[in-house]
Amino acid sequence: MYPKDLLYSKTHEWVKKNEDGTVYVGLTDFAQSELGELVFVNLPEEGDAVTAEESFADVESVKAVSDVNSPVTGTVIAVNEELLDAPQNINEQPYDAWLIQVGDVEGFEDLMDADAYEAFIAEQ
Amino acid sequence: MKLVFERGLEGQFQKIMPECDVPVYEGSDAFKREGKLNLPHLSENELSRHYTEIAKRVHGVNDGFYPLGSCTMKYNPKINEDMAALTGFTGIHPLQPTYSVQGCLEALKVTEEYLAEIAGMDAVTLQPAAGAHGEFTGLLLIKKYLESIGAAERKKIIVPDSAHGTNPASAVMCGFEIVNIPSGEDGCVDLEALKKAVGPDTAGLMLTNPNTVGVFDKNILQITEIVHEAGGLCYYDGANLNAVMGVVRPGDMGFDCIHINLHKTFSTPHGGGGPGSGPVGCKAFLAKYLPGIRVAELEEGLVAGTAEETMGNVKAFGGNFLVVIKAMTYIMTLGREGIPEASKNAVLNANYMMSRLKDLYTMAYDVTCMHEFVMTLDKLHKETGISALDIAKGLLDNGIHPPTMYFPLIVHEALMIEPTETESKESIDAAVEVFRNLYHMAYENPEALHEAPTKTPVRRLDEVRAARTPILKYDFNA
Repeated sequence: MYPKDLLYSKTHEWVKKNEDGTVYVGLTDFAQSELGELVFVNLPEEGDAVTAEESFADVESVKAVSDVNSPVTGTVIAVNEELLDAPQNINEQPYDAWLIQVGDVEGFEDLMDADAYEAFIAEQ
Repeated sequence: MKLVFERGLEGQFQKIMPECDVPVYEGSDAFKREGKLNLPHLSENELSRHYTEIAKRVHGVNDGFYPLGSCTMKYNPKINEDMAALTGFTGIHPLQPTYSVQGCLEALKVTEEYLAEIAGMDAVTLQPAAGAHGEFTGLLLIKKYLESIGAAERKKIIVPDSAHGTNPASAVMCGFEIVNIPSGEDGCVDLEALKKAVGPDTAGLMLTNPNTVGVFDKNILQITEIVHEAGGLCYYDGANLNAVMGVVRPGDMGFDCIHINLHKTFSTPHGGGGPGSGPVGCKAFLAKYLPGIRVAELEEGLVAGTAEETMGNVKAFGGNFLVVIKAMTYIMTLGREGIPEASKNAVLNANYMMSRLKDLYTMAYDVTCMHEFVMTLDKLHKETGISALDIAKGLLDNGIHPPTMYFPLIVHEALMIEPTETESKESIDAAVEVFRNLYHMAYENPEALHEAPTKTPVRRLDEVRAARTPILKYDFNA
């Protein structure tokens, strides 16, 4: 449920650190189950700047449209365009379905590890 | 059931036009239709049956209870239709000389005055066609004003996280940027968050009061003052005006402009029965930018002009004129005493229904509500697996239109119920029994609720497929 090698934000995004210093950003299993089945995803473009705690994408489920906040500050270096045609990947494999890859990353300080995130979810 | 294109036979259709007795003008080949015209071929009888069949498969307020929160699905008195059908209103053309449509101009003027008084505004335009269109128009007023005082750099519109999705959407359409502020524990605006959000880039605030969780924000005077002091304007989303019409006025709360949904608050058809109408009211300093025709009284009678620095038209001519006539009829029917009485009964009905449900269902905000209340089915969902959606489907089997679901987003498993003032105690009591039975069914026989609805023309719809791969037009070649 909460992979140990990831960091988590309070708005339910995960961050995976890569060896080259870049990170992948995605939505947690909790986020996808709260949202319900996703039908559309709007993603930023390569080269866009993202800011921690600010919206960089939105996802639409049968219930509602929701903003996705960036857990880190940096520059988008890749976008998972597969999700545009297959938003259900986020529901099916939330920890594989990364939304964006970010370079020049700053701002890991406020993120939680898996245990802290699990405790955070339990409080919700 | 068959679509209208799948019914009838070639050549079997209405022929009410006399034979053409002048030479046919063929026109330029460039404009000639190449494909088939594909009009339905139905006799009047068959066409009537077709629409009657469709009507039997839908649920409207004429069929039963329709507590769709934030939508105010009140009953629309039939006298509204009678008035809007008068030939003096239907048999006119908007380009007719104004001396020949004095009555229609007076109807526009009178309705503007009524709405201005109810809203506490100085001027009203009836041109916008619906709520979000009204928001767009109101925000353009704000934009024009900011430009006129050399403050075009003010680009940020503040909206609370409980706002209707149309608020940020309209603001973005007008070229503004959105600042979202969280609601407090009580569902109202968090004053500290608001103070932090305002600044030299603030264009304004968009707010409904009572808000989306059915609570009247008691800090409203402070809220509008904070925004004004920062140099922004305050926009009132009239979605929930039914809770306060004739009782308190948005203008007195400190708002500078407002839209009013005639199709909600003023008993004109709503949803598939539209069209809607979303008049915009404003304080005097914004009036010179208003769109559309402005009716003025001169010696020779009423004339239709435009505002001094008008933004232009947001819709053709006088807006959805016949909808305006229906709303005017409603206001005249209820009068000065009836308008606040309707609001008070709406609030009473909501509180009565809430108090009869709150021993079973968890209220998102357990306070005296206004015209609607929000339940959270989070606990029920965790204990039984029955979600707000399942309860909604169960209601369908009992002849009740489901409440608004999963909105506002800040409430989990939300059901938002707005009974309106036009429901009797008898019908509310019957609905309460249905809600209570469904609650018990969730614990005793959840499988049956997962199966619901079973009595409707169609069962559970595949919402995901409908959203991902919608079929939006009929394919004649399929």
